[in-house]
Amino acid sequence: MQRHFDQELKDLKEKILRMGGMVEEQVQGALRALVERDSVLARQVIENDHRVNALDVEVDEDCLRLLALQQPAARDLRFITTAMKISTELERISDLAENICERAIELNEEPQLKPYIDIPHMANWSLQMVKESLDAFVNADPALARKVCGDDDFVDDLTQQLFRELLSFMLENPQTITRAIRITFIAKYLERIADHATNVAELVVYMVEGKIIRHTLG
Amino acid sequence: MQTSTDPSPDLLRISVARPHDAFPGKAAKDLKATISLTDVNFFYGESQALFNVNIAVPQNHVTAFIGPSGCGKSTLLRCLNRLNDLIEGAHLEGKILLDGMDIYSPQVDVTDLRKRVGMVFQKSNPFPKPIYDNVTYGPRLQGIRNRAALDQIVEESLKSAGLWEEVKDRLYESALVLSGGQQQRLCIARALAVKPEVLLLDEPCSALDPIATSKIEELLFGLKKDLTVVIVTHNMQQAARVSDYTGFFLMGELVEFNDAKTIFTTPQDRRTEDYVTGRFG
Repeated sequence: MQRHFDQELKDLKEKILRMGGMVEEQVQGALRALVERDSVLARQVIENDHRVNALDVEVDEDCLRLLALQQPAARDLRFITTAMKISTELERISDLAENICERAIELNEEPQLKPYIDIPHMANWSLQMVKESLDAFVNADPALARKVCGDDDFVDDLTQQLFRELLSFMLENPQTITRAIRITFIAKYLERIADHATNVAELVVYMVEGKIIRHTLG
Repeated sequence: MQTSTDPSPDLLRISVARPHDAFPGKAAKDLKATISLTDVNFFYGESQALFNVNIAVPQNHVTAFIGPSGCGKSTLLRCLNRLNDLIEGAHLEGKILLDGMDIYSPQVDVTDLRKRVGMVFQKSNPFPKPIYDNVTYGPRLQGIRNRAALDQIVEESLKSAGLWEEVKDRLYESALVLSGGQQQRLCIARALAVKPEVLLLDEPCSALDPIATSKIEELLFGLKKDLTVVIVTHNMQQAARVSDYTGFFLMGELVEFNDAKTIFTTPQDRRTEDYVTGRFG
């Protein structure tokens, strides 16, 4: 029996995916703006953040409406509450992309400190995690979700490595401090993006298996 | 979730306890059972209505039975105080124990059993008598004649049923002038007057409006302090709201019995999942 409610759940899923796609574009745009020193693009990414915010509010409203009017249970309930939380995670990722752009604009006003090598590497890992956590959501795939949770350690290691490298720059030449700190911030933002992707993945495990795994892994 | 600071894990653990839950998180099997059914099969003549039901109804909790029409949940409820005895050709196999006593043993006095296991039905059925007499009907049958004792029973029972304030000034008016919801609470008071250990409710709210329904639901939270409640309901949200433990029946079979939180958030059986999400059929 195809219920009207099923169509609404499908619409909700599609909305989350649309939001996911937008967020990925935001992070990619932020990375390009940084690496290609393109402040115009950076401003555009910042400007686009409101679209993600609007979708976040829309998803929230949809979820609240479904909870109130359909009184869902079991997997439907888990799906809707998960969608609500994933939307918040995605919105935060978009905020971080915006933060990267703000730092990029500041960095673009000074000569480049060093070629960006680790940052794009980190960004690609984080982006991959975002992508895979959303794939896990769409396909209700807890195995993929658990893999994403594991990948987070790698991004954390990269952050530490980059931090040490930037520290040596700062020790050698105090003139680099402002720029190095800005890059450190960017590394931290990327690390946070990976954390949010991990959160999404953890939520997916709950949605599929009904098991709350967050705060239980290392 | 990842956090930059590390709060104590205890603070982050999500509590599964609900405020009215006396034994949060306990599995039904770990609680003292008031009624326990072992391999119960029930037949209406040739046709079998219950198949091998095993269940332990935990004491001082609300247990709800849910399932589609004809799944056997009402039949099961009626087995618990031998109401099905009245149906010709009906018979039961297996054992039903009330506090360890086999309720189908020939030594059992059915009237005595029904005093211990009270019942309230879908349609309120007050006697066409004054409110006072409705409540004292059972105690009088038991031989209580003392006016003060009866007065006390009436007040206590009506208070437990949440009806006292509404009727205390008109106890000698006919019960039939009461509203549907009040009549149903009067029936609950009447059942409580003989101090049962178990209260069975068969769709007690299906004829009531939401306010009367919520009054009865609130009542159940209070009642379980003193007795064990078993409720059959078609209203899944009601089962989710009032029950501590929930059993899902399908075609005479107990598919899943678990704490209500598990049944309504993470059921273990696919059929339960389909039923509680409304995908059934």
